[in-house]
Amino acid sequence: MFNLTPDEWTAVFLSLRIAIVATACALPFGVAIGWLLARKNFWGKIVVDGLIYLPLVLPPVVTGYLLLISFGRKGLIGAFLADHFGIVFSFRWTGAALSCGVMGFPLMVRPIRLALEAIDRRLEDAAGTLGANPFLVFLTVTLPLALPGIIAGAVMCFARALGEFGATITFVSNIPGETQTISAAIYTLLQIPGGETPAGMLVLIAIAIALGALIASEWFARRAGMRFQGE
Amino acid sequence: MLAVDVEKRLGSFALAARFKAAHGVTGLFGPSGAGKTTIVNMIAGLLAPDRGSIALDDTMLFDAAAGINLPPHRRHIGYVFQEGRLFPHLSVRQNLDYGRRMSGLSRNPNELARIAQLLDIGHLLGRRPRALSGGERQRIAIGRALLMRPRLLLLDEPLASLDVARKLEILPYLVRLRDEAHIPMVYVSHNAAELRQIATNVVRLEAGRVTAADGIELLD
Repeated sequence: MFNLTPDEWTAVFLSLRIAIVATACALPFGVAIGWLLARKNFWGKIVVDGLIYLPLVLPPVVTGYLLLISFGRKGLIGAFLADHFGIVFSFRWTGAALSCGVMGFPLMVRPIRLALEAIDRRLEDAAGTLGANPFLVFLTVTLPLALPGIIAGAVMCFARALGEFGATITFVSNIPGETQTISAAIYTLLQIPGGETPAGMLVLIAIAIALGALIASEWFARRAGMRFQGE
Repeated sequence: MLAVDVEKRLGSFALAARFKAAHGVTGLFGPSGAGKTTIVNMIAGLLAPDRGSIALDDTMLFDAAAGINLPPHRRHIGYVFQEGRLFPHLSVRQNLDYGRRMSGLSRNPNELARIAQLLDIGHLLGRRPRALSGGERQRIAIGRALLMRPRLLLLDEPLASLDVARKLEILPYLVRLRDEAHIPMVYVSHNAAELRQIATNVVRLEAGRVTAADGIELLD
C-alpha cells in the first residue's frame, strides 16, 4: 500500500526525528519556564510570558525569519554557536528541530504551567518536614504530580513539530534528506504533475502518526492519573 | 526540651508566645484562631517568626538576632498534619518509607514492622492513600512521621477531620505512642477532652498569647 520512494520515506523518518529531538530538547526548558511562571513572581514576568507565546500569534514566516537572522550562519547566536561549539543550524535538520521546538514551545509550557499551579503546595511542605531538600521535593513530589501535564505538553509540542511548515521552510529551506519534512514533502509533491498519489500516502502517514501520538499520550496520562486514584 | 519565644504578625493577627515544652506530650490548647497552627508551623520551619528564637535541646532552630533559620528538612521534626497530607502518587509503603529515604537513613524492616504493629497498619501497605478511610490515613501519617526518627513530633489537630467513632479509634494509638515511643510531642487541639487523654502538660493559648502553662489540670 505504501509504495513510497526512498525520498518520501526519508521525509517521514526525518519528520519523526525532528519532532522527537525538538520535543526532547524543549522539555527541560518547558518544565523550567513552566515552573518559573507558575511559582515565581519576578520583574518582567509579563514580558517573558508574552515572548513565549509570541510564536503562537506571529505568522510562522516571521518566526522563521527571526530564527534565520539570529541563528543563521551570520546571525549573532548562530555564529557564536558555530565558532565555539560547532553547532550549525542553517540548512540542517538541527535547524528544523530548532524551529519546530520554538513553534511548539508555547503549547508545551501551558499545560505544564497549569499542572504545576494545580499542585497542592502543602504536600511539598510535608515532604520538607520529612527531610527532603528542595531539589528532592521537586524530584519526588512536584514532578510526579505534574506528570500528566508534562506529558500533555510534550505531546502538544510533538504534534506541532510534526505539522510545522512555515517557520521551518523559511529558516532552513526545503532540502530533501536534510530539512524536507512530511509537510514540506507534501507541499512539494503537490507542485508537480502526478504528485497527488504519493502526497496522499504521506497525508495518510501524517494522520496515522498524529493519531498514534494522541492515543499514546492519552494512555500515559491516564496511567499517571490512575496512580492518584488508588485501586 | 523545646524552648519557644516568638513573635509574628500576619495581617491583623499578632502572635507573641513564649513557652517551654519538656519531655512527654505538651498540649497546645486554645480556640480556633488562637495561633496554635502558626506556632507549630514555626517550630517545623514552614513559617519564619518575625522575632525571637526556637531551640530544641542544644540545637538552635531559629534565632532572628543571630540570623539562624534551619530549613525544615534539616530540623528532623516530624509533623502530622490535620489533613494527613499523604503523597497521592505513592503507595502507603512508599509514603511510610519517604522520610527514611529522604533523610538517608538505612533501611530498617524491624522498625517498620514495629510501627506498623503499633498503629495497626500492616495490612494497608500495598494500598494507595485514596483508597483509605480518614482514620487509616491519619494512622499512616503518624507512622510516616515516626519512621523518620524525629527528635520531636508535632501533631496539629490530628483528629479534627474525623468523626467521633474514628477519633475514638485513633486515640488509643496515640496514647500507646506516648507511652512506648519516647519521643517528645507537641499536640495541638481545641478539644479539652481529647487533650486530657493524651497530654502530660498544657500550654493554653488565646488570641496569640500564652495565658497559662502547667499540668493537665489547666483543662478543668
